Amino acid sequence: MKRAMHLNLLGVYAIFIVALLYGPVLLLPMFSFNDSIYIAFPLKGFTTKWYQEMATNSALLAALMNSLKVGIGVAIVSTVLGLTAAKAVIRHRLPGKTQIVGMIMLPLLLPSLFLGIALLIILRKVFSVDLSLWTIGAGHVLICMPFSMLILIARLEGFDKSLEEASLDLGENAWGTFWHVTFPLALPGVISSLLLSFTTSLDEFVIAFFLGGNDTTLPLFIWSQLRFPAKLPGVLALGSCILVLSIVIVVLAEVVRRRGVQSSKPTVF
Amino acid sequence: MASVTGGPLVGHARSRPLSQRFRALLLRSEALRGYILLTPTLLVMFLLLVVPLCGMIAFSFFTQVYFDIDFTLTLKNYWSIIKPGAGNTYLGIPFPFETPVYTILLVKSLLMSLVATSVIVLMAYPMAYFIAFRATNHKFLWLVLITVPLWTSYLLRVFAWKVILGHNGVLNSGLISIGVIEEPLGFLLYNPAAVIITLTHAWLAFAILPIYVSLEKIDRSLLEAATDLGDSKLIRFLRVTLPLSLPGVISSALMVFIPTVGDYVTPAQVGGTSGIMIGTIIQRQFGAANNWPLGSALSIFMMLAVTAIVCLFLWGVGNDRIKARGA
Amino acid sequence: MVNNEDSVISLRGVAKHFGAVRAVDDVSFEIRRGEFFSLLGPSGCGKTTLLRLLAGFDFPTQGEILIDGQPMSSVPPYKRPTNTVFQSYAIFPHLSVAENIGYGLRKKGLSKRELAESVHQALEQMKLAGYGSRAAHQLSGGHRQRVALARALVCRPKVLLLDEPLGALDRKLREAMQIELRQLQRSVGITFVFVTHDQEEALSLSDRIAVMSKGRVLQIDSAARLYEVPNCRLVADFIGSMNFFDGSIKCVDNGHVIVDVGPAGSLCVPKIQKNVELGAEVTVAVRPEKVHIEWRAPKPKGNAIVGRIADESYLGDRSHYYVEVPGMIRRVCVAHQNAERFRRSIESHGRQVWLTWSTESAVLLPRE
Repeated sequence: MKRAMHLNLLGVYAIFIVALLYGPVLLLPMFSFNDSIYIAFPLKGFTTKWYQEMATNSALLAALMNSLKVGIGVAIVSTVLGLTAAKAVIRHRLPGKTQIVGMIMLPLLLPSLFLGIALLIILRKVFSVDLSLWTIGAGHVLICMPFSMLILIARLEGFDKSLEEASLDLGENAWGTFWHVTFPLALPGVISSLLLSFTTSLDEFVIAFFLGGNDTTLPLFIWSQLRFPAKLPGVLALGSCILVLSIVIVVLAEVVRRRGVQSSKPTVF
Repeated sequence: MASVTGGPLVGHARSRPLSQRFRALLLRSEALRGYILLTPTLLVMFLLLVVPLCGMIAFSFFTQVYFDIDFTLTLKNYWSIIKPGAGNTYLGIPFPFETPVYTILLVKSLLMSLVATSVIVLMAYPMAYFIAFRATNHKFLWLVLITVPLWTSYLLRVFAWKVILGHNGVLNSGLISIGVIEEPLGFLLYNPAAVIITLTHAWLAFAILPIYVSLEKIDRSLLEAATDLGDSKLIRFLRVTLPLSLPGVISSALMVFIPTVGDYVTPAQVGGTSGIMIGTIIQRQFGAANNWPLGSALSIFMMLAVTAIVCLFLWGVGNDRIKARGA
Repeated sequence: MVNNEDSVISLRGVAKHFGAVRAVDDVSFEIRRGEFFSLLGPSGCGKTTLLRLLAGFDFPTQGEILIDGQPMSSVPPYKRPTNTVFQSYAIFPHLSVAENIGYGLRKKGLSKRELAESVHQALEQMKLAGYGSRAAHQLSGGHRQRVALARALVCRPKVLLLDEPLGALDRKLREAMQIELRQLQRSVGITFVFVTHDQEEALSLSDRIAVMSKGRVLQIDSAARLYEVPNCRLVADFIGSMNFFDGSIKCVDNGHVIVDVGPAGSLCVPKIQKNVELGAEVTVAVRPEKVHIEWRAPKPKGNAIVGRIADESYLGDRSHYYVEVPGMIRRVCVAHQNAERFRRSIESHGRQVWLTWSTESAVLLPRE
């Protein structure tokens, strides 16, 4: 009896936390369908006009295109770099491995303001690079690569080194082994890394803010709109779209990643 | 025998062209292959992390002269942060500096982050405990549920709180429409509390995962052993579960504390003038104030303070553990 | 040195260091063409490292390996005439059984039909017919092992390297697979290099066995010679069980050595070593099954030691008696075949007995 109550209390708490995590964010889609310029109760009526307005806003569409470009580029670069690094760290005996991994993980710990400023200084004042989508991409690679590497390390640890050795043993060289064995087996991790890097880049604001120059990504566009109360419903609609997209991608990535882990477990041993 | 082993091999290698010798070396040295694989990643990290950080440190020793940078190395920026003067008091603490705003904001940011971090870790622990020990059938679902918010836009999560706490916002209008209050409550938005609430919400999911991982790693037979040796549930939790999950708690705390000190999105959106943090003023140096060297110095000043607190914290935790072991 | 025509693998002063650890330490020997050769030793003795050096997954820190007369110092695994059966079998989980078996053939320039034919033959040979389209994870342990073998053998290697391939199987299946493996090796005529920590497995399968310890090869011999004439105490102790009597050499006559083993008396051992010095510290070793228990004092012939029975353990086919001998720390173990059913249990505890064995069954070992 006492045990059951204990369980219930924790369960109720867990539901409360999930509600707390999702509740405020879910207000955005709710009010994005509200037929009022004020984001306030009571709800006035259902409308999709904010979404229609959004679809015709050329500045927004340009920002969307920019975000997609940066996101796709960042996803590919950080996944490739993460995969090579993960393979080096997991499959090779390397002196100084811990320090190397630690350094690659460092951007996860540093405030993005700090990273953004450091990159801004070096790019503008030392290399005199013009700020553009390229500089945003560089900044995003810095923060996405550690995630990619973590995901792919977990994935490579999920299958035995002897599979790659077996391929070498059976006559495939290192390159053939990578494409015939390592890559197919790491694929769930690769997909997961691509998706998560993409969303991270899509949603990232601070680094884009410092390194964007005149180019605008979606979060920068949203930031620019926040000053105008009249634009808020439009921001809600846009935010809702980004939110839904992010959630779909993340759930997909998680499912792929965890499925992959399960399927590679040998059933016999 | 010994002469057979080394001799011909070396001679053989010497007579071959360089490319072949390199290939042979590559084949034989696992570490070399590993480093070559790592090279692109390390190069990128070097260019995007090491070089910029060095640049930032260098910049903090330069000075801004109107629109130009004076490249003579000087400690002026740091001196301007801690130069003694008439000062001001904040929270009853005197800040006897010529420009006390920097130090005041730093202390305030650290305090706000500490409060937010403590609240977050306290809230995250039971949730992580629930997923690790109670959510046996739907663990995957729970994990996805807390992972998803990690990846959603930080900006939008902050924005949601602005919408909720605003003067004509969701909370006020909601309370008015159900008749709890008549006038909107003015104290909800634009203060440190609003910043802390928003930070807590935005970083909570981050803190759950490391704690969960450390709880999940605990060998269940240890808990059975503790019960077997006569510990009650509470005592068992305090003596076995909590100490073993401490690494997770520590890494959660650090993962939340370090980035939040430098946050400027949250104070800019929900902090108002009283909720301003050190990040805001750093950002200003790169925007309106246009004093990049001072901005660099402030950033480094901030990171030094954060590092000092983290070291102090880790030292304290380590000390505690040694004491606990001794007892 | 063995005639090179005869040997398919030569190791010359091979060593492999991992940092300060000497996993393989100055090893030199030859493996003959067509033999079933085992590397036997406890875990961590370097046998798997040695196998990996042969396969080309690691390269020696010192020394040279020749396979089929060719130096292997810069030959990658995919160019070596060896194939490996891994301890974990390393069946590609994303490929079917047939694709697994055909994996090594793709690079051999076969037509599609020839490849399918080879895979089919390999499946038949390994009694896997009908399993070709199965996924790797649908296989039992025994079948995975067969797939791993088929995948390696279908490439027709000069040497097949097997890394404890039977370790993951249960005992019955393992015994069946041992017989099958031996038959397979005879029928294909390929040199097998077999790594195991199971001495019975090594004894029953191998033409020759190299016993390893701490990165070194202690002795290379046939199963019978390893068992009957071990060259050091470690080998004697690792293979089967052995009674040791420490002592010093008292005298040497033609063909025999007399060893003084203190209170237990003196023992006569055949002289197989060339240099035997008077007074040298040595150990006399006798297998438990070679010792007889006499209930009465024997006539003074051969070796006899007096002791008291301290313990008895019944093992089904045989019983072990543990005899306490004055002046010895370890009890002497005597194995007695239980030839009769329900043999009258000897009311033996504490009883004085005489232990005897024929002079020829004892072995003289250097003291360690």
